[in-house]
Amino acid sequence: MSYFLFIENIGGLGETLNLYEYMGKEVFRRHGIPVPSGYVVEKETDVRKYEMPVVVKSQILLGGRGKSGGIKFARSEQELNASVNQLLGSKIRDLAVTKVLIEEMIDIKKEMYVSIALDRTNKSPILICTSEGGVEIESVSSDKIFTRIIDPLLGYSQFIGRDAVNFMKLEPEVGKQFMAILEKLYEIFNTEDCELVEINPLVVTGSGKVIAADSKMVIDSDSLFRHREFEVLDPEKTPLELEANSKGYSFIELDGNIGVIANGAGLTMATLDALTLHNAKPRNFLDLGGTDNSETVSNSFEFVLKANPKTILVNIFGGITKCDTVATGIALAKSRFGIKQPIVVRLSGIREEEGRKILKDAGIDSYPSMMEAVEGVVKVTGGN
Amino acid sequence: MSVYVDKDTRVVVQGITGKQGSFHAGEMMAFGTNVVAGTSPTKAGTKFNDRVPVVSSLRDAMEFEPNATMISVAAPFVKDAAFEAIDAGIKLIYILTEHVPFHDSMEIYHNAKRKGIVMLGPNGPGITAISSKCKIGIMPGKIFRKGNVAVASRSGTLTYEIVDAVTRSGRGESTVIGLGGDPVVGLSYIDVLQQFEKDPETEQIVLVGEIGGSNEELAAAYIKKHVTKKVVAYITGRSAPPGKRMGHAGAIIEKGVGTAESKIKAFNEAGVKVADYPINVPDFLE
Repeated sequence: MSYFLFIENIGGLGETLNLYEYMGKEVFRRHGIPVPSGYVVEKETDVRKYEMPVVVKSQILLGGRGKSGGIKFARSEQELNASVNQLLGSKIRDLAVTKVLIEEMIDIKKEMYVSIALDRTNKSPILICTSEGGVEIESVSSDKIFTRIIDPLLGYSQFIGRDAVNFMKLEPEVGKQFMAILEKLYEIFNTEDCELVEINPLVVTGSGKVIAADSKMVIDSDSLFRHREFEVLDPEKTPLELEANSKGYSFIELDGNIGVIANGAGLTMATLDALTLHNAKPRNFLDLGGTDNSETVSNSFEFVLKANPKTILVNIFGGITKCDTVATGIALAKSRFGIKQPIVVRLSGIREEEGRKILKDAGIDSYPSMMEAVEGVVKVTGGN
Repeated sequence: MSVYVDKDTRVVVQGITGKQGSFHAGEMMAFGTNVVAGTSPTKAGTKFNDRVPVVSSLRDAMEFEPNATMISVAAPFVKDAAFEAIDAGIKLIYILTEHVPFHDSMEIYHNAKRKGIVMLGPNGPGITAISSKCKIGIMPGKIFRKGNVAVASRSGTLTYEIVDAVTRSGRGESTVIGLGGDPVVGLSYIDVLQQFEKDPETEQIVLVGEIGGSNEELAAAYIKKHVTKKVVAYITGRSAPPGKRMGHAGAIIEKGVGTAESKIKAFNEAGVKVADYPINVPDFLE
């Protein structure tokens, strides 16, 4: 099976990539973690004869798929066809099902949980496991959970697995398989640049085999230059966000009516906060980053305008991004896009005076301080 | 006196002939930073700004006795450049580059730590020590004035906004440090708080935080126990929706962890005043 890469902007915008269950299981299989046998279909005609019974699982990125009707069981060809038919093309909590995974039914004796994730505080991987899997890890009582920070320079070693097995009181045969899986899971965490790799549930079958019944993998998008095989999957993004991101803008849609453009992620966030504290609502987050190009500034308006805000606030603290460059870009955007909405600008820092003059000539108000600009835009926006 | 860097700091710039590297190396020199050498794989043997020798490797640059480096190479090459610096025994490694895979940052951090090397960044604006006239990184030199306020922040432009407000209020800064906006960065608030507490030049401290992770909460707990100097904070992202990465890879509320409310509450409990707007930060300073 091969995956295609749809991202143009390698390195991304600090996003993470969530893999579908079937893709995660493909990675597991490649690294030698046992998974149920099965195959993916995108259309009903791809369904082939399979040993019954089977499980039919919607490939969507959502916890609690089963409860929402995204997982079905089939004991006959008819039931299998009916389940695939029902799931493909359906929507589960707003997510379209375009693929289903058909898998052998496993005889479950016990469900466990295991994951390796980044622990930001310790700047290290953290292993989390419990013998009470099959439910959200947050709902398991903490005295039943084994956690261990792993020194990334030492890596995984068997002593960690032994400690986990002892804590979980696993039978020797199960413990042995569990440790082998842990070692491979750590290898996956490292070689695939995971932020999280999780198996829930990790199942012990009636015949005593340990199998990964589900997979969750979150990949660091900054590592894509060495993982071109992963498809970009971010169901949380709106089409406008994807479009703006593909042009290199860090852009997030929000539900208010004031369009926002600022430079630097922190300052952009602070601008949204200031509006919110004034009981005003931002329509978006758009960070220009460290550009000093009028075209880049001007083009950013395209996405803000597509979000149809009532007013637009531009908040610039000029450094690398110089105020006159920004002003030229704003004036350009105003004539190019025929912007009708009021634009309120804050310019402060390098080449502030030059910038202010350019804006004045273009008939655009500007203020030297962020607070005045915020108050100004709130005033012209009026009530929500 | 300042922290991490001083008058004797001698800087090498890895990637001095790149677009970012050359611009900021020039700005750093204009601020007074002692840039002693630069590396470039293709332009070895030339001089940067008619003055700074450009060599092909860090090993060659050691002849000029640098004790700090600024790494400004493309993200896929950062780990190698940082390992080269660790191997050469450089004492402070600042990484300017954005979009470094965090697995690489993790390896760099732990290797540096083993050897007692300080790592700053990635994806931050660097460090500026005003009285030592030493700036490593990309902060605009004009916003500073010598004073007793130390600043540590996870963002860039927002830091300048707050430093500018502090300067305009008639105060000035001792050392300003941008920790970086990534999930894994070299220095944390606690590391810099330890330094600021010891630094005779620093009398009060501003921490600029943002949503994501729990480093602000840990900083608050540390302040309560160990910091005697006045601390004022600003937290951004209080209007951010959960699950969205707000521009910085590290700025995300996940499963209820990393909210602005939690951070503000933690600071308030530690007796640290939190300003509502960047401009209000100086109101809480002495």
